[in-house]
Amino acid sequence: MTSASAGRDWTLADVPPPPRTASAVADPPWVRGLLIGVALLFLGLFLLLPLVTVFGQAFSKGIGVYLDAITDPMALAAMRLTLLVAAISVPVNAVFGVAAAWAIAKFEFRGKSLLITAIDLPFAVSPVVSGLIFVLLFGAQGLLGPWLTLHGVKIIFAIPGIVIATTFITFPFVAHELIPLMQEQGTEEEEAAVSLGASGFQIFRRVTLPNISLGLLYGIVLLNARAMGEFGAVSVVSGHIRGQTNTMPLHVEILYNEYQGAAAFAVASLLALLAVVTLVVKRVLEWRMGRASRAL
Amino acid sequence: MGLLRTKRSVLPGFGLTLGFSVAYLCLLILIPLAGLFVKSASLTAAEFLAAVGSPRALAAYRLSFGASFAAAAANAVFGLVVAWVLVRYRFPGSGALDALVDLPFALPTAVAGITLTTLLAKNGWLGRYLEPFGIPVAYTPLGITIALIFIGLPFVVRTVQPVLQDLEPELEEAAASLGANRFETFRRVLFPTLWPALVTGFALAFARSLGEYGSVVFISGNMPMKTEIAPLLIVTQLEQYEYGAATAIAAVLLVLSFAMLLGINALQRYGTRRFAGAGEEPA
Repeated sequence: MTSASAGRDWTLADVPPPPRTASAVADPPWVRGLLIGVALLFLGLFLLLPLVTVFGQAFSKGIGVYLDAITDPMALAAMRLTLLVAAISVPVNAVFGVAAAWAIAKFEFRGKSLLITAIDLPFAVSPVVSGLIFVLLFGAQGLLGPWLTLHGVKIIFAIPGIVIATTFITFPFVAHELIPLMQEQGTEEEEAAVSLGASGFQIFRRVTLPNISLGLLYGIVLLNARAMGEFGAVSVVSGHIRGQTNTMPLHVEILYNEYQGAAAFAVASLLALLAVVTLVVKRVLEWRMGRASRAL
Repeated sequence: MGLLRTKRSVLPGFGLTLGFSVAYLCLLILIPLAGLFVKSASLTAAEFLAAVGSPRALAAYRLSFGASFAAAAANAVFGLVVAWVLVRYRFPGSGALDALVDLPFALPTAVAGITLTTLLAKNGWLGRYLEPFGIPVAYTPLGITIALIFIGLPFVVRTVQPVLQDLEPELEEAAASLGANRFETFRRVLFPTLWPALVTGFALAFARSLGEYGSVVFISGNMPMKTEIAPLLIVTQLEQYEYGAATAIAAVLLVLSFAMLLGINALQRYGTRRFAGAGEEPA
Protein backbone atom coordinates (compact mmCIF):
# COMPACT_ATOMS: atom_id res chain seq x y z
CA MET A 1 0.00 0.00 0.00
CA THR A 2 1.12 3.54 -0.57
CA SER A 3 1.84 5.94 2.27
CA ALA A 4 -1.40 7.88 1.66
CA SER A 5 -3.52 5.03 3.01
CA ALA A 6 -1.36 4.38 6.06
CA GLY A 7 -2.89 7.01 8.34
CA ARG A 8 -6.56 6.18 7.99
CA ASP A 9 -8.53 3.34 9.54
CA TRP A 10 -10.74 2.67 6.52
CA THR A 11 -9.89 1.42 3.09
CA LEU A 12 -11.33 2.26 -0.29
CA ALA A 13 -13.16 -1.05 -0.21
CA ASP A 14 -15.35 0.26 2.64
CA VAL A 15 -16.57 3.22 0.65
CA PRO A 16 -19.88 2.46 -1.08
CA PRO A 17 -19.50 2.73 -4.86
CA PRO A 18 -21.03 5.86 -6.31
CA PRO A 19 -24.28 5.24 -8.16
CA ARG A 20 -23.36 4.49 -11.73
CA THR A 21 -25.01 6.16 -14.64
CA ALA A 22 -25.29 3.04 -16.72
CA SER A 23 -25.12 4.80 -20.07
CA ALA A 24 -21.82 6.57 -19.36
CA VAL A 25 -19.53 3.59 -18.79
CA ALA A 26 -21.57 0.64 -20.07
CA ASP A 27 -21.30 -0.38 -23.70
CA PRO A 28 -24.43 0.17 -25.81
CA PRO A 29 -26.48 -3.05 -26.19
CA TRP A 30 -25.66 -3.43 -29.88
CA VAL A 31 -21.91 -3.27 -29.15
CA ARG A 32 -22.31 -5.78 -26.36
CA GLY A 33 -24.32 -8.12 -28.56
CA LEU A 34 -21.89 -7.80 -31.44
CA LEU A 35 -18.81 -8.46 -29.30
CA ILE A 36 -20.39 -11.45 -27.55
CA GLY A 37 -21.44 -12.79 -30.93
CA VAL A 38 -17.95 -12.44 -32.41
CA ALA A 39 -16.33 -14.02 -29.34
CA LEU A 40 -18.80 -16.94 -29.29
CA LEU A 41 -18.38 -17.57 -33.00
CA PHE A 42 -14.58 -17.44 -32.77
CA LEU A 43 -14.32 -19.71 -29.72
CA GLY A 44 -17.04 -21.99 -31.04
CA LEU A 45 -15.29 -22.52 -34.37
CA PHE A 46 -11.74 -22.74 -33.04
CA LEU A 47 -12.20 -24.54 -29.70
CA LEU A 48 -15.59 -26.14 -29.20
CA LEU A 49 -16.03 -27.58 -32.68
CA PRO A 50 -12.60 -29.30 -32.72
CA LEU A 51 -13.19 -30.74 -29.25
CA VAL A 52 -16.59 -32.13 -30.27
CA THR A 53 -15.10 -33.42 -33.52
CA VAL A 54 -12.50 -35.55 -31.70
CA PHE A 55 -15.21 -37.47 -29.86
CA GLY A 56 -17.58 -37.50 -32.83
CA GLN A 57 -14.94 -39.03 -35.09
CA ALA A 58 -13.83 -41.46 -32.39
CA PHE A 59 -17.29 -43.03 -32.21
CA SER A 60 -18.13 -42.59 -35.91
CA LYS A 61 -17.65 -46.32 -36.64
CA GLY A 62 -19.41 -47.44 -33.50
CA ILE A 63 -18.40 -48.37 -30.02
CA GLY A 64 -16.93 -51.71 -31.12
CA VAL A 65 -14.30 -50.08 -33.34
CA TYR A 66 -13.61 -47.61 -30.54
CA LEU A 67 -13.02 -50.33 -27.96
CA ASP A 68 -10.91 -52.36 -30.39
CA ALA A 69 -8.74 -49.33 -31.11
CA ILE A 70 -8.02 -48.51 -27.48
CA THR A 71 -7.46 -52.13 -26.43
CA ASP A 72 -5.23 -52.98 -29.39
CA PRO A 73 -1.87 -54.31 -28.09
CA MET A 74 0.04 -51.56 -29.92
CA ALA A 75 -2.23 -48.89 -28.41
CA LEU A 76 -1.76 -50.40 -24.95
CA ALA A 77 2.01 -50.43 -25.45
CA ALA A 78 1.84 -46.75 -26.47
CA MET A 79 -0.19 -45.92 -23.36
CA ARG A 80 2.30 -47.75 -21.15
CA LEU A 81 5.20 -45.86 -22.71
CA THR A 82 3.43 -42.50 -22.36
CA LEU A 83 2.74 -43.23 -18.69
CA LEU A 84 6.35 -44.33 -18.16
CA VAL A 85 7.75 -41.17 -19.76
CA ALA A 86 5.47 -38.96 -17.65
CA ALA A 87 6.30 -40.97 -14.51
CA ILE A 88 9.97 -40.03 -14.98
CA SER A 89 9.91 -36.49 -16.35
CA VAL A 90 7.14 -35.17 -14.06
CA PRO A 91 8.83 -35.90 -10.68
CA VAL A 92 12.30 -34.95 -11.92
CA ASN A 93 11.14 -31.56 -13.17
CA ALA A 94 8.94 -31.02 -10.11
CA VAL A 95 11.95 -31.50 -7.81
CA PHE A 96 13.99 -29.16 -10.00
CA GLY A 97 11.20 -26.57 -9.98
CA VAL A 98 10.98 -26.57 -6.18
CA ALA A 99 14.78 -26.37 -5.77
CA ALA A 100 15.15 -23.56 -8.32
CA ALA A 101 12.25 -21.60 -6.84
CA TRP A 102 13.71 -21.99 -3.32
CA ALA A 103 17.10 -20.62 -4.40
CA ILE A 104 15.61 -17.81 -6.51
CA ALA A 105 12.79 -16.71 -4.22
CA LYS A 106 14.43 -17.01 -0.81
CA PHE A 107 17.91 -15.61 -1.53
CA GLU A 108 19.52 -12.62 -3.19
CA PHE A 109 22.42 -13.45 -5.50
CA ARG A 110 24.21 -12.22 -8.59
CA GLY A 111 22.94 -13.49 -11.92
CA LYS A 112 19.43 -14.21 -10.66
CA SER A 113 17.54 -12.64 -13.55
CA LEU A 114 19.84 -14.42 -15.99
CA LEU A 115 18.99 -17.72 -14.31
CA ILE A 116 15.25 -16.98 -14.52
CA THR A 117 15.56 -16.26 -18.25
CA ALA A 118 17.65 -19.41 -18.80
CA ILE A 119 15.02 -21.55 -17.08
CA ASP A 120 12.40 -20.36 -19.59
CA LEU A 121 14.60 -21.18 -22.60
CA PRO A 122 12.84 -24.48 -23.51
CA PHE A 123 9.57 -22.54 -23.96
CA ALA A 124 11.26 -20.64 -26.79
CA VAL A 125 12.75 -23.67 -28.55
CA SER A 126 10.79 -25.35 -31.34
CA PRO A 127 9.83 -28.93 -30.35
CA VAL A 128 11.59 -30.17 -33.47
CA VAL A 129 14.81 -28.40 -32.49
CA SER A 130 14.48 -29.84 -28.97
CA GLY A 131 14.56 -33.30 -30.48
CA LEU A 132 17.33 -32.44 -32.93
CA ILE A 133 19.80 -31.28 -30.24
CA PHE A 134 19.65 -34.72 -28.61
CA VAL A 135 20.09 -36.47 -31.96
CA LEU A 136 23.21 -34.32 -32.46
CA LEU A 137 24.48 -35.33 -28.99
CA PHE A 138 23.52 -38.99 -28.71
CA GLY A 139 22.75 -40.11 -32.28
CA ALA A 140 25.00 -42.50 -34.21
CA GLN A 141 26.56 -39.47 -35.99
CA GLY A 142 26.47 -37.35 -32.84
CA LEU A 143 29.18 -36.04 -30.54
CA LEU A 144 28.83 -38.89 -28.04
CA GLY A 145 27.50 -41.38 -30.59
CA PRO A 146 30.69 -43.42 -31.16
CA TRP A 147 31.31 -43.79 -27.41
CA LEU A 148 27.69 -44.85 -26.78
CA THR A 149 27.80 -47.38 -29.62
CA LEU A 150 31.04 -48.82 -28.25
CA HIS A 151 29.44 -49.34 -24.85
CA GLY A 152 26.18 -50.67 -26.27
CA VAL A 153 24.03 -47.81 -24.94
CA LYS A 154 21.11 -46.81 -27.14
CA ILE A 155 19.51 -43.43 -26.44
CA ILE A 156 18.23 -42.14 -29.77
CA PHE A 157 15.46 -44.24 -31.37
CA ALA A 158 15.00 -45.78 -27.91
CA ILE A 159 13.11 -45.02 -24.71
CA PRO A 160 15.88 -42.98 -22.99
CA GLY A 161 15.85 -40.48 -25.86
CA ILE A 162 12.08 -40.05 -25.55
CA VAL A 163 12.39 -39.49 -21.80
CA ILE A 164 15.22 -36.95 -22.21
CA ALA A 165 13.47 -34.98 -24.96
CA THR A 166 10.22 -34.88 -22.97
CA THR A 167 12.08 -33.78 -19.84
CA PHE A 168 13.73 -30.98 -21.86
CA ILE A 169 10.39 -29.76 -23.22
CA THR A 170 8.66 -29.79 -19.82
CA PHE A 171 11.65 -28.46 -17.86
CA PRO A 172 10.32 -24.93 -17.01
CA PHE A 173 6.71 -25.70 -16.01
CA VAL A 174 6.95 -26.08 -12.22
CA ALA A 175 9.75 -23.53 -11.76
CA HIS A 176 7.83 -21.01 -13.89
CA GLU A 177 4.82 -21.45 -11.63
CA LEU A 178 6.59 -21.49 -8.25
CA ILE A 179 9.15 -18.68 -8.66
CA PRO A 180 6.65 -15.78 -8.70
CA LEU A 181 4.48 -17.49 -6.07
CA MET A 182 7.35 -17.98 -3.61
CA GLN A 183 8.77 -14.51 -4.30
CA GLU A 184 5.40 -13.08 -3.36
CA GLN A 185 5.29 -15.08 -0.13
CA GLY A 186 8.66 -13.72 1.04
CA THR A 187 10.84 -15.26 3.73
CA GLU A 188 9.32 -14.14 7.05
CA GLU A 189 7.60 -17.43 7.87
CA GLU A 190 10.70 -19.49 7.13
CA GLU A 191 12.85 -17.10 9.17
CA ALA A 192 10.47 -17.45 12.09
CA ALA A 193 10.80 -21.23 11.80
CA VAL A 194 14.61 -20.93 11.85
CA SER A 195 14.46 -18.80 14.99
CA LEU A 196 12.33 -21.49 16.62
CA GLY A 197 15.05 -24.03 15.86
CA ALA A 198 13.57 -25.90 12.89
CA SER A 199 15.92 -27.77 10.58
CA GLY A 200 16.05 -27.05 6.86
CA PHE A 201 13.94 -30.06 5.96
CA GLN A 202 11.43 -29.30 8.73
CA ILE A 203 11.06 -25.74 7.45
CA PHE A 204 10.41 -26.95 3.94
CA ARG A 205 7.94 -29.66 4.92
CA ARG A 206 6.01 -27.80 7.62
CA VAL A 207 6.15 -24.17 6.47
CA THR A 208 6.99 -23.82 2.78
CA LEU A 209 5.28 -26.87 1.30
CA PRO A 210 1.83 -26.12 2.76
CA ASN A 211 2.12 -22.59 1.35
CA ILE A 212 3.04 -23.68 -2.15
CA SER A 213 1.11 -26.97 -2.42
CA LEU A 214 -1.63 -25.61 -4.71
CA GLY A 215 0.85 -23.84 -6.96
CA LEU A 216 3.03 -26.93 -7.09
CA LEU A 217 0.05 -29.08 -8.02
CA TYR A 218 -0.91 -26.53 -10.69
CA GLY A 219 2.53 -26.71 -12.23
CA ILE A 220 2.54 -30.51 -12.09
CA VAL A 221 -0.85 -30.77 -13.81
CA LEU A 222 0.32 -28.60 -16.72
CA LEU A 223 3.68 -30.38 -16.84
CA ASN A 224 1.96 -33.74 -16.98
CA ALA A 225 -0.39 -32.68 -19.79
CA ARG A 226 2.57 -31.53 -21.88
CA ALA A 227 4.68 -34.60 -21.05
CA MET A 228 1.91 -36.98 -22.14
CA GLY A 229 1.00 -34.97 -25.23
CA GLU A 230 4.39 -33.95 -26.62
CA PHE A 231 4.69 -34.79 -30.29
CA GLY A 232 7.37 -32.87 -32.22
CA ALA A 233 10.40 -33.50 -30.01
CA VAL A 234 9.46 -37.11 -29.34
CA SER A 235 8.79 -37.76 -33.01
CA VAL A 236 12.37 -36.70 -33.90
CA VAL A 237 14.07 -38.98 -31.35
CA SER A 238 11.68 -41.93 -31.26
CA GLY A 239 12.33 -43.82 -34.49
CA HIS A 240 8.64 -44.85 -34.51
CA ILE A 241 9.18 -48.50 -33.65
CA ARG A 242 5.73 -49.89 -33.10
CA GLY A 243 5.09 -51.41 -29.69
CA GLN A 244 8.48 -50.17 -28.49
CA THR A 245 9.12 -46.47 -29.04
CA ASN A 246 5.65 -45.23 -29.93
CA THR A 247 4.00 -42.88 -27.47
CA MET A 248 0.27 -42.18 -27.67
CA PRO A 249 0.56 -39.07 -29.87
CA LEU A 250 2.88 -40.97 -32.24
CA HIS A 251 0.45 -43.87 -32.32
CA VAL A 252 -2.31 -41.43 -33.28
CA GLU A 253 -0.15 -40.17 -36.15
CA ILE A 254 0.56 -43.68 -37.46
CA LEU A 255 -3.11 -44.71 -37.38
CA TYR A 256 -4.14 -41.47 -39.07
CA ASN A 257 -1.55 -41.84 -41.83
CA GLU A 258 -2.75 -45.41 -42.41
CA TYR A 259 -6.27 -44.06 -43.02
CA GLN A 260 -7.58 -45.68 -39.83
CA GLY A 261 -9.34 -42.43 -38.94
CA ALA A 262 -11.78 -43.80 -36.38
CA ALA A 263 -9.02 -45.70 -34.57
CA ALA A 264 -6.75 -42.64 -34.63
CA PHE A 265 -9.50 -40.50 -33.13
CA ALA A 266 -10.32 -43.20 -30.57
CA VAL A 267 -6.79 -42.99 -29.17
CA ALA A 268 -6.86 -39.21 -29.64
CA SER A 269 -10.09 -39.05 -27.61
CA LEU A 270 -8.19 -40.39 -24.58
CA LEU A 271 -5.67 -37.56 -24.98
CA ALA A 272 -8.53 -35.08 -25.42
CA LEU A 273 -10.10 -36.44 -22.24
CA LEU A 274 -6.80 -35.84 -20.46
CA ALA A 275 -6.86 -32.27 -21.79
CA VAL A 276 -10.41 -31.69 -20.50
CA VAL A 277 -9.52 -33.11 -17.07
CA THR A 278 -6.41 -30.88 -17.06
CA LEU A 279 -8.53 -27.81 -17.79
CA VAL A 280 -11.02 -28.66 -15.05
CA VAL A 281 -8.32 -29.29 -12.42
CA LYS A 282 -6.52 -26.12 -13.55
CA ARG A 283 -9.68 -24.09 -13.14
CA VAL A 284 -10.43 -25.56 -9.69
CA LEU A 285 -6.87 -24.80 -8.53
CA GLU A 286 -7.06 -21.24 -9.90
CA TRP A 287 -10.33 -20.77 -8.08
CA ARG A 288 -8.87 -22.07 -4.81
CA MET A 289 -5.78 -19.89 -5.19
CA GLY A 290 -8.09 -16.97 -5.92
CA ARG A 291 -6.48 -15.81 -9.09
CA ALA A 292 -7.17 -15.42 -12.76
CA SER A 293 -6.10 -17.76 -15.52
CA ARG A 294 -2.90 -16.88 -17.21
CA ALA A 295 -0.81 -17.99 -20.09
CA LEU A 296 2.49 -19.76 -19.63
CA MET B 1 28.27 -20.22 -3.90
CA GLY B 2 28.86 -17.84 -1.01
CA LEU B 3 30.59 -15.45 -3.38
CA LEU B 4 27.38 -15.04 -5.36
CA ARG B 5 25.31 -13.93 -2.37
CA THR B 6 24.55 -10.25 -2.24
CA LYS B 7 22.55 -10.34 1.00
CA ARG B 8 22.93 -12.51 4.08
CA SER B 9 20.09 -14.83 5.02
CA VAL B 10 19.48 -17.18 7.92
CA LEU B 11 17.66 -19.69 5.73
CA PRO B 12 19.47 -22.91 4.86
CA GLY B 13 19.79 -24.70 1.54
CA PHE B 14 21.11 -21.97 -0.75
CA GLY B 15 24.17 -23.90 -1.93
CA LEU B 16 22.29 -27.16 -2.33
CA THR B 17 19.28 -25.83 -4.25
CA LEU B 18 21.19 -23.37 -6.43
CA GLY B 19 23.93 -25.91 -7.13
CA PHE B 20 21.42 -28.58 -8.11
CA SER B 21 19.35 -26.19 -10.24
CA VAL B 22 22.31 -24.81 -12.14
CA ALA B 23 23.88 -28.26 -12.66
CA TYR B 24 20.59 -29.69 -13.95
CA LEU B 25 20.00 -26.62 -16.14
CA CYS B 26 23.49 -26.98 -17.66
CA LEU B 27 23.27 -30.73 -18.25
CA LEU B 28 19.77 -30.91 -19.69
CA ILE B 29 19.33 -27.51 -21.37
CA LEU B 30 22.45 -25.41 -21.89
CA ILE B 31 24.99 -28.04 -22.97
CA PRO B 32 22.63 -29.74 -25.47
CA LEU B 33 21.67 -26.32 -26.92
CA ALA B 34 25.35 -25.36 -27.13
CA GLY B 35 25.92 -28.63 -29.00
CA LEU B 36 23.72 -27.32 -31.79
CA PHE B 37 25.95 -24.28 -32.23
CA VAL B 38 29.12 -26.40 -31.99
CA LYS B 39 27.75 -28.60 -34.75
CA SER B 40 26.81 -25.64 -36.97
CA ALA B 41 30.26 -24.13 -36.36
CA SER B 42 31.76 -27.32 -37.80
CA LEU B 43 30.13 -26.50 -41.14
CA THR B 44 32.05 -24.27 -43.53
CA ALA B 45 30.54 -20.88 -44.29
CA ALA B 46 29.66 -22.09 -47.78
CA GLU B 47 27.90 -25.20 -46.46
CA PHE B 48 26.01 -23.15 -43.88
CA LEU B 49 24.86 -20.57 -46.42
CA ALA B 50 23.92 -23.26 -48.91
CA ALA B 51 21.67 -24.85 -46.28
CA VAL B 52 19.98 -21.74 -44.89
CA GLY B 53 19.96 -19.80 -48.17
CA SER B 54 18.62 -22.47 -50.53
CA PRO B 55 15.37 -21.50 -52.28
CA ARG B 56 13.60 -24.31 -50.42
CA ALA B 57 14.82 -23.07 -47.01
CA LEU B 58 13.99 -19.45 -47.85
CA ALA B 59 10.49 -20.49 -48.93
CA ALA B 60 10.08 -22.39 -45.65
CA TYR B 61 11.18 -19.39 -43.55
CA ARG B 62 8.92 -17.10 -45.55
CA LEU B 63 5.93 -19.39 -45.03
CA SER B 64 6.66 -19.87 -41.32
CA PHE B 65 7.01 -16.13 -40.79
CA GLY B 66 4.03 -15.13 -42.92
CA ALA B 67 1.63 -17.70 -41.50
CA SER B 68 2.79 -17.07 -37.91
CA PHE B 69 2.41 -13.31 -38.37
CA ALA B 70 -1.06 -13.63 -39.89
CA ALA B 71 -2.15 -16.04 -37.15
CA ALA B 72 -0.79 -13.84 -34.36
CA ALA B 73 -2.47 -10.78 -35.90
CA ALA B 74 -5.81 -12.61 -36.08
CA ASN B 75 -5.35 -13.65 -32.46
CA ALA B 76 -4.56 -10.08 -31.43
CA VAL B 77 -7.89 -8.89 -32.85
CA PHE B 78 -10.11 -11.78 -31.75
CA GLY B 79 -8.17 -12.31 -28.51
CA LEU B 80 -8.85 -8.72 -27.49
CA VAL B 81 -12.56 -9.18 -28.23
CA VAL B 82 -12.66 -12.48 -26.30
CA ALA B 83 -10.79 -11.00 -23.32
CA TRP B 84 -13.13 -7.99 -23.30
CA VAL B 85 -16.24 -10.19 -23.43
CA LEU B 86 -14.98 -12.56 -20.71
CA VAL B 87 -14.04 -9.72 -18.34
CA ARG B 88 -16.86 -7.23 -18.96
CA TYR B 89 -19.96 -9.30 -19.71
CA ARG B 90 -21.61 -12.10 -17.77
CA PHE B 91 -23.77 -14.54 -19.70
CA PRO B 92 -24.73 -18.20 -19.29
CA GLY B 93 -21.69 -20.36 -19.97
CA SER B 94 -19.15 -17.56 -19.79
CA GLY B 95 -17.27 -19.35 -16.99
CA ALA B 96 -16.97 -22.58 -18.98
CA LEU B 97 -15.93 -20.60 -22.05
CA ASP B 98 -13.20 -18.91 -20.03
CA ALA B 99 -11.82 -22.29 -18.94
CA LEU B 100 -12.00 -23.57 -22.53
CA VAL B 101 -9.64 -20.82 -23.73
CA ASP B 102 -6.69 -22.85 -22.41
CA LEU B 103 -7.63 -25.92 -24.50
CA PRO B 104 -4.78 -25.36 -27.01
CA PHE B 105 -2.29 -25.58 -24.12
CA ALA B 106 -3.76 -28.82 -22.86
CA LEU B 107 -4.68 -30.63 -26.08
CA PRO B 108 -1.74 -32.53 -27.60
CA THR B 109 -0.73 -30.86 -30.86
CA ALA B 110 -1.07 -34.06 -32.89
CA VAL B 111 -4.70 -34.35 -31.80
CA ALA B 112 -5.30 -30.72 -32.80
CA GLY B 113 -3.61 -31.41 -36.13
CA ILE B 114 -5.67 -34.41 -37.20
CA THR B 115 -8.88 -32.78 -35.92
CA LEU B 116 -8.43 -29.52 -37.82
CA THR B 117 -7.45 -31.44 -40.95
CA THR B 118 -10.56 -33.63 -40.68
CA LEU B 119 -12.78 -30.58 -40.16
CA LEU B 120 -11.31 -28.59 -43.03
CA ALA B 121 -10.73 -31.32 -45.62
CA LYS B 122 -12.92 -31.19 -48.75
CA ASN B 123 -15.53 -33.51 -47.26
CA GLY B 124 -15.08 -32.29 -43.68
CA TRP B 125 -17.73 -30.61 -41.53
CA LEU B 126 -16.34 -27.16 -42.32
CA GLY B 127 -14.40 -27.80 -45.53
CA ARG B 128 -17.49 -28.90 -47.47
CA TYR B 129 -19.03 -25.44 -46.98
CA LEU B 130 -15.86 -23.64 -48.06
CA GLU B 131 -15.19 -25.82 -51.09
CA PRO B 132 -18.10 -24.44 -53.21
CA PHE B 133 -16.69 -20.93 -52.73
CA GLY B 134 -13.36 -22.08 -54.14
CA ILE B 135 -11.61 -21.76 -50.77
CA PRO B 136 -9.56 -24.91 -50.26
CA VAL B 137 -8.19 -24.81 -46.71
CA ALA B 138 -6.57 -28.15 -45.97
CA TYR B 139 -3.11 -28.52 -47.55
CA THR B 140 -2.78 -24.76 -48.22
CA PRO B 141 -1.07 -21.86 -46.39
CA LEU B 142 -4.54 -20.84 -45.18
CA GLY B 143 -4.87 -24.20 -43.40
CA ILE B 144 -1.46 -23.70 -41.79
CA THR B 145 -2.55 -20.27 -40.58
CA ILE B 146 -5.75 -21.69 -39.10
CA ALA B 147 -3.77 -24.34 -37.18
CA LEU B 148 -1.48 -21.59 -35.87
CA ILE B 149 -4.46 -19.45 -34.81
CA PHE B 150 -5.63 -22.43 -32.75
CA ILE B 151 -2.18 -22.88 -31.17
CA GLY B 152 -1.71 -19.20 -30.35
CA LEU B 153 -5.27 -18.49 -29.23
CA PRO B 154 -4.74 -18.47 -25.44
CA PHE B 155 -1.76 -16.09 -25.41
CA VAL B 156 -3.44 -12.77 -26.26
CA VAL B 157 -6.54 -13.57 -24.20
CA ARG B 158 -4.49 -14.49 -21.14
CA THR B 159 -2.14 -11.51 -21.31
CA VAL B 160 -4.89 -8.92 -21.91
CA GLN B 161 -7.42 -10.39 -19.45
CA PRO B 162 -5.60 -9.54 -16.18
CA VAL B 163 -4.87 -5.98 -17.34
CA LEU B 164 -8.55 -5.47 -18.21
CA GLN B 165 -9.58 -6.94 -14.87
CA ASP B 166 -7.36 -4.55 -12.91
CA LEU B 167 -8.50 -1.44 -14.78
CA GLU B 168 -10.10 1.06 -12.44
CA PRO B 169 -13.66 1.94 -13.52
CA GLU B 170 -12.97 5.50 -12.29
CA LEU B 171 -10.79 6.08 -15.36
CA GLU B 172 -13.67 5.40 -17.71
CA GLU B 173 -16.10 7.35 -15.57
CA ALA B 174 -13.76 10.33 -15.60
CA ALA B 175 -13.49 10.10 -19.37
CA ALA B 176 -17.27 9.91 -19.67
CA SER B 177 -17.77 12.84 -17.33
CA LEU B 178 -15.39 14.87 -19.48
CA GLY B 179 -17.61 14.19 -22.45
CA ALA B 180 -15.87 11.31 -24.21
CA ASN B 181 -18.10 8.74 -25.87
CA ARG B 182 -17.38 5.00 -25.48
CA PHE B 183 -15.26 4.77 -28.58
CA GLU B 184 -13.16 7.77 -27.63
CA THR B 185 -12.77 6.36 -24.11
CA PHE B 186 -11.55 3.07 -25.54
CA ARG B 187 -9.16 4.70 -27.98
CA ARG B 188 -7.69 7.37 -25.71
CA VAL B 189 -8.02 5.85 -22.20
CA LEU B 190 -8.26 2.06 -22.37
CA PHE B 191 -6.13 1.22 -25.39
CA PRO B 192 -2.99 3.05 -24.13
CA THR B 193 -3.14 0.86 -21.00
CA LEU B 194 -3.89 -2.33 -22.93
CA TRP B 195 -1.42 -2.19 -25.76
CA PRO B 196 1.72 -3.47 -23.95
CA ALA B 197 -0.22 -6.59 -22.95
CA LEU B 198 -1.66 -6.88 -26.44
CA VAL B 199 1.78 -6.69 -28.06
CA THR B 200 3.19 -9.16 -25.52
CA GLY B 201 0.39 -11.61 -26.31
CA PHE B 202 0.96 -11.12 -30.04
CA ALA B 203 4.70 -11.78 -29.63
CA LEU B 204 4.11 -14.89 -27.49
CA ALA B 205 1.68 -16.30 -30.04
CA PHE B 206 4.05 -15.45 -32.89
CA ALA B 207 7.05 -17.07 -31.16
CA ARG B 208 5.07 -20.20 -30.37
CA SER B 209 3.80 -20.42 -33.96
CA LEU B 210 7.27 -20.09 -35.50
CA GLY B 211 8.40 -23.39 -33.99
CA GLU B 212 5.08 -25.24 -34.08
CA TYR B 213 5.11 -28.66 -35.71
CA GLY B 214 2.49 -31.15 -34.51
CA SER B 215 -0.67 -29.23 -35.33
CA VAL B 216 0.64 -28.00 -38.69
CA VAL B 217 2.22 -31.12 -40.14
CA PHE B 218 -1.12 -32.83 -40.83
CA ILE B 219 -2.94 -29.89 -42.38
CA SER B 220 -0.04 -28.49 -44.42
CA GLY B 221 0.30 -31.25 -47.00
CA ASN B 222 4.07 -30.74 -46.77
CA MET B 223 4.82 -29.74 -50.35
CA PRO B 224 8.35 -28.32 -50.69
CA MET B 225 8.38 -24.62 -51.71
CA LYS B 226 4.60 -24.43 -51.17
CA THR B 227 3.40 -25.67 -47.78
CA GLU B 228 6.60 -26.72 -46.04
CA ILE B 229 7.22 -24.82 -42.79
CA ALA B 230 10.72 -24.42 -41.34
CA PRO B 231 10.38 -27.01 -38.52
CA LEU B 232 9.13 -29.56 -41.06
CA LEU B 233 12.10 -28.86 -43.33
CA ILE B 234 14.38 -29.68 -40.38
CA VAL B 235 12.64 -33.02 -39.92
CA THR B 236 12.81 -33.77 -43.65
CA GLN B 237 16.55 -33.04 -43.76
CA LEU B 238 17.09 -35.25 -40.69
CA GLU B 239 15.21 -38.12 -42.28
CA GLN B 240 17.53 -37.86 -45.27
CA TYR B 241 20.53 -37.91 -42.91
CA GLU B 242 21.41 -34.32 -43.90
CA TYR B 243 22.47 -33.50 -40.33
CA GLY B 244 24.50 -30.45 -41.38
CA ALA B 245 21.63 -28.80 -43.24
CA ALA B 246 19.12 -29.66 -40.50
CA THR B 247 21.45 -28.13 -37.89
CA ALA B 248 22.04 -24.93 -39.87
CA ILE B 249 18.31 -24.35 -40.41
CA ALA B 250 17.65 -25.14 -36.75
CA ALA B 251 20.37 -22.72 -35.61
CA VAL B 252 18.74 -19.86 -37.51
CA LEU B 253 15.33 -20.74 -36.07
CA LEU B 254 16.82 -20.97 -32.56
CA VAL B 255 18.56 -17.58 -32.76
CA LEU B 256 15.29 -16.00 -33.94
CA SER B 257 13.39 -17.65 -31.08
CA PHE B 258 15.89 -16.46 -28.48
CA ALA B 259 15.77 -12.92 -29.85
CA MET B 260 11.97 -13.07 -29.52
CA LEU B 261 12.24 -14.39 -25.94
CA LEU B 262 14.50 -11.49 -24.94
CA GLY B 263 12.20 -9.02 -26.68
CA ILE B 264 9.15 -10.45 -24.91
CA ASN B 265 10.91 -10.27 -21.53
CA ALA B 266 11.76 -6.62 -22.14
CA LEU B 267 8.16 -5.95 -23.19
CA GLN B 268 6.75 -7.61 -20.09
CA ARG B 269 9.08 -5.60 -17.84
CA TYR B 270 8.04 -2.43 -19.66
CA GLY B 271 4.35 -3.32 -19.34
CA THR B 272 4.65 -4.15 -15.63
CA ARG B 273 6.58 -0.95 -14.93
CA ARG B 274 4.04 1.17 -16.77
CA PHE B 275 1.20 -0.55 -15.07
CA ALA B 276 2.61 -0.72 -11.54
CA GLY B 277 3.48 2.97 -11.64
CA ALA B 278 6.42 4.65 -9.93
CA GLY B 279 7.50 3.51 -6.47
CA GLU B 280 6.11 -0.01 -6.70
CA GLU B 281 8.39 -2.91 -7.39
CA PRO B 282 7.18 -4.92 -10.41
CA ALA B 283 6.38 -8.49 -9.42
